[in-house]
Amino acid sequence: MRVLLVDDEKELVSTLAERFSLRDIEADWVTTGEAAIKSVASKTYDIAVLDVKMPKISGIELKKKLEEINPVLKYIFITGHGSEEDFMTASSELSAEYYLVKPVNIDDLIQKMKEILINPDKRDSLQHPL
Amino acid sequence: MIFFEKLKPKFWDYRDVAAGPFKHLFNFRRLWALAVALTSLVALIPLISITLIDYRVTQKSVESEVLLRTARLVSNTWRPVSFFLTERRSALDFVVRDNSYNSLRDPKRLSAILENLKQGFGGFVDLGVIDSTGRQKNYAGPYKLEGIDYSNQGWFKDVINKGVNVSDVFMGFRRTPHIIIAVRYDLPNASFYVLRATIDTDRFNELLAHLEVSGQGDSFLINKDGFLQTPSRDYGKVLDRIPLRVPAFSPKTRVYEEVYPDNKQLVIGYAYIHDTPFILMIVKQKNELMKPWQKTRFQLIGFLIASIAIIVFVVLSVATYLVNRILIADQKRIMTLHEVEYSNKMASIGRLAAGVAHEINNPLAVINEKIGLIKDLFTIKDEFKGNRKLIELVDSALSSVDRCGTITKRLLNFARHLDVKIQMVNIGEVIGDVLGFLSKEAEYRSIAVSINVSGDIPQFESDRGKLQQIFLNIVNNAFAAVKDGGSIDITAKREGADLISVTFTDDGCGIPGSDLERIFEPFFSTKTKQGGTGLGLSITYSLVQELGGILVVHSEVGRGSSFIVTIPLKMEKKEKKTDEGVAGR
Repeated sequence: MRVLLVDDEKELVSTLAERFSLRDIEADWVTTGEAAIKSVASKTYDIAVLDVKMPKISGIELKKKLEEINPVLKYIFITGHGSEEDFMTASSELSAEYYLVKPVNIDDLIQKMKEILINPDKRDSLQHPL
Repeated sequence: MIFFEKLKPKFWDYRDVAAGPFKHLFNFRRLWALAVALTSLVALIPLISITLIDYRVTQKSVESEVLLRTARLVSNTWRPVSFFLTERRSALDFVVRDNSYNSLRDPKRLSAILENLKQGFGGFVDLGVIDSTGRQKNYAGPYKLEGIDYSNQGWFKDVINKGVNVSDVFMGFRRTPHIIIAVRYDLPNASFYVLRATIDTDRFNELLAHLEVSGQGDSFLINKDGFLQTPSRDYGKVLDRIPLRVPAFSPKTRVYEEVYPDNKQLVIGYAYIHDTPFILMIVKQKNELMKPWQKTRFQLIGFLIASIAIIVFVVLSVATYLVNRILIADQKRIMTLHEVEYSNKMASIGRLAAGVAHEINNPLAVINEKIGLIKDLFTIKDEFKGNRKLIELVDSALSSVDRCGTITKRLLNFARHLDVKIQMVNIGEVIGDVLGFLSKEAEYRSIAVSINVSGDIPQFESDRGKLQQIFLNIVNNAFAAVKDGGSIDITAKREGADLISVTFTDDGCGIPGSDLERIFEPFFSTKTKQGGTGLGLSITYSLVQELGGILVVHSEVGRGSSFIVTIPLKMEKKEKKTDEGVAGR
């Protein structure tokens, strides 16, 4: 499973990536939307973990751009922001299964990633071999 | 006093504590008094003025009528009296012109004339012929008066001067009241004689006695010196002096009013009878004459009092109603303002909570990952796997991070649901969310909070934000009411097919019966000195109503209170309220 972690909080994504590595999950991390687009364009990932609120390109916008590059990429959103607008935007476009609030438990996150890859939504029936 | 307490309008004791420096603008008692005073003045002044004018006009009219009627009576009475005397004087005049002096000196002839006069005119008692020396030369009548000398009598002197004389009533030689009419006849030899007749005053008396005088009136004749010439019912018998003043001469009938020392108001009509010493007087009691006016006066005063009473009643009722309406409108306005303010406050709290949660969540996530990495290194790399102390420390740090995360998530959850929207609600979760904020206080104060949510309550459509606010307000009140170590019991159960009830029971101080009736009224507070606005339960009540439910309270002083929120399982969707926009949603 190849994972791309995108969050403007460098300390968070770098540490999370290291923890994934310790669990034999290949994880790259970037702190901007532009860097994420470049990464997805240059390398194939199975799943992207995106922060909802980031400078310049938000997580939701980034998802749309990444879908154009890699239509089979799966997504999990994490956010520390509790504003209603943010919640409304996220919940209207994403189902609750794709949405986690910080701080997240890594085991919960991995479990969620596995679920998404094994049981993709109706639009994508691709079964990922884990 | 108790009666007044019952009638006392709402605004009477109302004091707008929130009015601040504009308190004078909200002095409803003063406003009411001003409205009553001004309206009463505007309504009563014209009424009283018109009534007083009408009173005076009617009184004057009745008085004029009384005077006029008296004058008419005097005039009507004067005529026969005057005619009576004139007729007899003319008869005597005719006798002296029709008979020679010598024939009148014949006793038989004189007696025949007397008899004719008695038969023809009546009232004649006797006749006498007196020569120029004043000696009675012939006499016909019931007395023996022949040869009497009248030369020193006043009437004789008067008849010599004037040619005719009508005397006052006097007793004379006959010792009975009578009057004399005498006429002088000049003889060709420059001498003269006088024909004198005595007239019975009974005819006068009868004439006046049969007169019907209203107002306990009295009619009589007096002479110019004020002596009665006919008997009077009130002032004495013939020749007594009347206690009234003799009215001044007037050729016409006159009427005047006079008050006498016994405070008796008299209406006096009089007329001088020409060529006689008599004055006809009719005296009436004014209060008797004015009796019809008294009735009219009582009717007028009654009308005035009744009108004033009705006007005052209407003015008081209208002013009380209007000021009460102003008070209610003002309270509604303030209530709306407070609701908007409350709504804004809740929105601000939501934004603040969300902001704080966000700001904390990100560093918390970093801490979480860093400590997680340390633990991973300890457990996955096996380097410190055996050092249980380190593992315990890391787990403890992770547990604290987890606690912080729970708090921020709860804050976010609360803030999210402050928005007005209808969604599926789990009542147990809402109660749990609300109590989550107060769990520490309950712990510190040893307050036992028990929750009992019936399993048959399904998820239902409602406004979660409003439910949170309702429950938070009621639970806050319960926490304020119970002592340390007290208990609060929350029970949610289904009430029939369409309703659920949530009962909050505390064992606090309870609410007195007098306060219980007003507990949901806006601005009713027993904690104004502690900064209470008196709007908490009022807003809670409004919120329950907005959800289509009802809020009921039972309480007993010293034993505690129960607030029962009953809400429908399906909420009617309403159009979004405009004040939500004001609240910045």
